[in-house]
Amino acid sequence: MSKDLSVKVAGVTFPNPVIAASGTYGFGEDYAPLYPLNRLGGISCKGTTIKEKAGNLPPRIAETTAGMLNSVGLQNPGVDVFINKYLPELKKNGNVIIANLAGASIDDYREAAEKLDSTDVDMIELNISCPNVKQGGATWGTTCDGAASVTKAVRAVTKKPVMVKLTPNVTSVTDIAKAVESEGADCISLINTLLGMRIDINTRRPVLHNNVGGFSGPAIFPVAVRMVWQVANAVNIDVVGMGGVSTWEDAVEMMMAGAKAVQMGTAIFTDPYSPLKVIDGLERYMTEKGIDSLSEITGTVQPW
Amino acid sequence: MSYKCDEYKIVEKKTLAENIYSFTVHCPEAAELAKCGQFVHILAPGFTLRRPISICGIDRERGNIRFVFIIKGHGTEAIARMNEGDMLNMIAPLGNGFSVQSAPSGKRVIVVGGGIGVPPMLETAKSCNKVTAVLGFRSYKNIILADEFRSVCEEVLLCTDDGSVGEKGIVTAPLARELGKGDVGAVFACGPLRMLGAVAETAKKYGVFCEVSLEERMGCGVGACVGCVARIQRGGEEKLLRVCKEGPVFNAEEVLF
Repeated sequence: MSKDLSVKVAGVTFPNPVIAASGTYGFGEDYAPLYPLNRLGGISCKGTTIKEKAGNLPPRIAETTAGMLNSVGLQNPGVDVFINKYLPELKKNGNVIIANLAGASIDDYREAAEKLDSTDVDMIELNISCPNVKQGGATWGTTCDGAASVTKAVRAVTKKPVMVKLTPNVTSVTDIAKAVESEGADCISLINTLLGMRIDINTRRPVLHNNVGGFSGPAIFPVAVRMVWQVANAVNIDVVGMGGVSTWEDAVEMMMAGAKAVQMGTAIFTDPYSPLKVIDGLERYMTEKGIDSLSEITGTVQPW
Repeated sequence: MSYKCDEYKIVEKKTLAENIYSFTVHCPEAAELAKCGQFVHILAPGFTLRRPISICGIDRERGNIRFVFIIKGHGTEAIARMNEGDMLNMIAPLGNGFSVQSAPSGKRVIVVGGGIGVPPMLETAKSCNKVTAVLGFRSYKNIILADEFRSVCEEVLLCTDDGSVGEKGIVTAPLARELGKGDVGAVFACGPLRMLGAVAETAKKYGVFCEVSLEERMGCGVGACVGCVARIQRGGEEKLLRVCKEGPVFNAEEVLF
């Protein structure tokens, strides 16, 4: 008998806890040739801004040991194209859709959130943690005031569940988490990428044209588990864990640290089927351990 | 755009030159879909990111795709350690190939390859009727696939940087001479960016349609991550288009070299 893998995050039911992470899955259509997208728990769509954004110059990608750097810089067609072109297709097949929103100003966030409020998106994820743009990324997410002000502005214009995606590149992630919670965030996702750099020793140039970029992949998983654990213990709202999740064991670990669901990104580049393998693994784990609902394992780590 | 992702058996492995390998994998569904100029995205065992490699040969009857690659780093080294009979994890076919069908009929096609950009031009040459190949290599010991080009082309012109085989110098000199004959309908090219820029300029001078295959550091390979963009002039404005999805083959006049 198949298990019920569904989880509830901030009132939204996901058929399973495995969500494609923003920026790694586009608007879904690029992976549609491989499997029905509604087999995923949900899709957090490519980070969208109020107006089209060209992104950074290439090279934008560098490999690292057990990971990668990227400096895409939020290249996207703008929120209107997302709403009119991509969202209707994605909602047709019953996918749970998270709109990921970035902005250069509070007004940008507010205006785009207003537009999203009247659509079918299931949740809005606020990207206040992109390390690759000078404005509208980590500038918001690295201070309590910045994070709180964006959350407050968006909260005021939408009834959609609001998830705030936090950057790990801060001194105290729990302070930021508490700040967004107090301004009405419904849940928190973390971690966005760690700021990193690689240098080509032949040319003496950074591999990335942006010089620095976001570090992701299996290498950052322990950092992510630690921060998810800290934040889950600091706030009363739901937490979605991400950062190097590649296997079903990683997903279980992340949930034990305090996550209700996980997001997967870089692992999909290595193996596009990896989210499905994680879902299958979770189902086997539930059967083996006699678990009826995955929420039973959330936050169950027993610290020494 | 349809593609497959699976583990496929390596049915033939050959060494073509120092650090250059030819792999043939059995992948009937992918071979059925594949076109010249497209690429495969190979998982190097133990690595996070896949390696995009151009398709060198498509054998639909046997259900095989062949690709040729050079060891550039640890990832390609790991792929090169694989052997016949091993299973290779591959996404294929990806990207847009050369528009060989739009080459004017009756006219000659020139395929230009430089170094490790030579392999994709073999299947491209096979897909055209009247073909001249202009192939550039560093030296005699780096030459690959020359005999195979001779079996599918009317003429093969070799150049080497050191003059050890064929004409000394880069591909643009023989290319310009061939274009000057006035019977060429299209130029298709793959190689180092600087060579492609020179090829594009030469083709433009003679008013001949030209497409080039670009290379960029890639993430997903299927269009999702927007990691592998190139600067393209299209519709009167500069755009950053995905090499994996809108490319890797672009109209040479659109590429901002």
